[in-house]
Amino acid sequence: MIKLSLSHVSFSYIDVPVLHDIDLAIERGEMVALLGPNGSGKTTLIKLFSGVLRPTEGEIHLDGSSLRGLKRREVAQRVAVVPQQFHMPFAFTLREVVLLGRTPFLKAFSNEEEGDYKAVQNSMELIGIRELGQRFFNELSGGERQKGILAMALAQEPKLLLLDEPTAHLDINHQVEILDLVKGLNREQGITVIGAMHDLNLAALYFDRLILLKEGRIFADGPPSDVLTEGTIKEVFSASVQVMQHPSMKAPHIVITPKRT
Amino acid sequence: MLARLKSNQRTVLILGSLIGILIVCLLVAAAFGAVSISPLDIVKMTLNKVAFTHFPATWQATDETILFQIRLPRVVAGALVGAALAAAGVLFQGLLRNPLADPYIIGTSAGGAFGATLAMMLPVSFAFLGFGLVPIAAFFGALVAVLLVYNLARVGGKTPIISMLLAGFAVSAMLIAAMSFLITMSDRLQLRLHSIWSFLMGGIWVSDWSQIAIIAPMIIGGIVVARFFAFRLNAFSLGEEGAAYLGVDVERDKLTILGLGSLLTGGAVSLSGLVGFVGLVVPHAVRLVLGPDHRLLLPAAALSGGAFLVVADLLARTMLAPMEIPVGILTALIGAPFFIYLLRRTRREYAF
Repeated sequence: MIKLSLSHVSFSYIDVPVLHDIDLAIERGEMVALLGPNGSGKTTLIKLFSGVLRPTEGEIHLDGSSLRGLKRREVAQRVAVVPQQFHMPFAFTLREVVLLGRTPFLKAFSNEEEGDYKAVQNSMELIGIRELGQRFFNELSGGERQKGILAMALAQEPKLLLLDEPTAHLDINHQVEILDLVKGLNREQGITVIGAMHDLNLAALYFDRLILLKEGRIFADGPPSDVLTEGTIKEVFSASVQVMQHPSMKAPHIVITPKRT
Repeated sequence: MLARLKSNQRTVLILGSLIGILIVCLLVAAAFGAVSISPLDIVKMTLNKVAFTHFPATWQATDETILFQIRLPRVVAGALVGAALAAAGVLFQGLLRNPLADPYIIGTSAGGAFGATLAMMLPVSFAFLGFGLVPIAAFFGALVAVLLVYNLARVGGKTPIISMLLAGFAVSAMLIAAMSFLITMSDRLQLRLHSIWSFLMGGIWVSDWSQIAIIAPMIIGGIVVARFFAFRLNAFSLGEEGAAYLGVDVERDKLTILGLGSLLTGGAVSLSGLVGFVGLVVPHAVRLVLGPDHRLLLPAAALSGGAFLVVADLLARTMLAPMEIPVGILTALIGAPFFIYLLRRTRREYAF
């Protein structure tokens, strides 16, 4: 069964068209990266998948039911989002932030129950941040905070995990750490992952399927070695690069040569 | 020790203690004044009145009149106003993700006061009905002001602190000027200049129980309903988008929370006029001690705000006795420097 499908989806911000007539199907358990220049529609597509934005035209189906017919709460019980970064105005501890992931399951006047605490405990252990639970979220490093947000998303026990440039502001060690964790969730928990990615090489290394967007349309869709070629990158990013083979993995690796040295 | 208790037990313990503190503050405040009445007599008189007990009178008949006609309405009104302002502060701060959002600072109080002034000008002769219009008008005034400030202050889906303060200041200044103009022009209001003055300065302004009978359900009901939204306020601390990702219906809840904040502010303003900074100081202090979880913060801040304003009002009317100063002067003297301190401390975070 198809997990997520888009038929003829278009989206405009008021008058500015962003996505045009997108058809797409993503199966259960896939790990898909959305690539493309700024403004090509990656983030908009993530927001459409999350149900936070509604398509101007067309339909998005999640497990056969239209996203339009689902309440926000119902979507959030299945789909979790890890954005670039959160600004947290209050002194919540890391554990309290992870506990926010249980929001879609809470009722108005009831507190968290045993099952909620268990989900929080599990996700913090999976992400490896159990010992940071009592620290204030705002006092953690960028990488630790991002792991906290990942744990929060995981506490939602999602079937589909959406990532909006999850490694954008992180040092290289944390980029690798976050993507290793996400890959583990995909492989071991069977969570479907869709991530908007900025770094083409990281995307090629971690994702099985790449979707390259150009001006709101799908330009290429397939395994990394098919999508990331010198031709497509020239066409979509207007950049001249060389595509090599990664020294130890079966993945394309993009190399840049400066025009001036 | 508190941390080791289960969270439900901790909540009950904390809220129970705060209710105890509030009751003690009410008794002490009712006891002090030109005539002192012993707290024990206050308890007995009150029980005789409401619980059908028959304690023999160890007090004078005038004590009873003073207690029920003057002291109790005033201290109860103080508690209601303090609770409403502190709870409204929690709601606005949580929703706007801005620890400096206080109903007075963001213009909600001025909106409520403007609405209340309009209602007071109306030629309605029935005191009860006439007052009944005041809180309704104050609620709508507060709501219009908060929506105006919110929309003015919003930049790209965020409410930056500086634009919120500027919008709040401008809207407040405009409304207070309009209100002063109305007062100058209205003979009806000129006749009550003393109470109008106390309204503008923020004095607990209660003449009889009927006012409390109208406002108390408004404020207590508002706080109870707001408590239903507390867990969503926690989600709002991740921003509107973050809250939406967690399943919150952002637009609907935002309007409800702004509406509840306006209801609370309107109720408070109807009883006390422009009392400032309670909604800033109290939630901040409670957050420091109990943490930012709105499910505990909201009721705890409401109870603490009630106790705080009862004590502040006691000081305001006894410090310089027989002269009384409006309690709003006292809260501003405490609150404004605290506001400046917070503003300087958070400056780096908000970059302006």
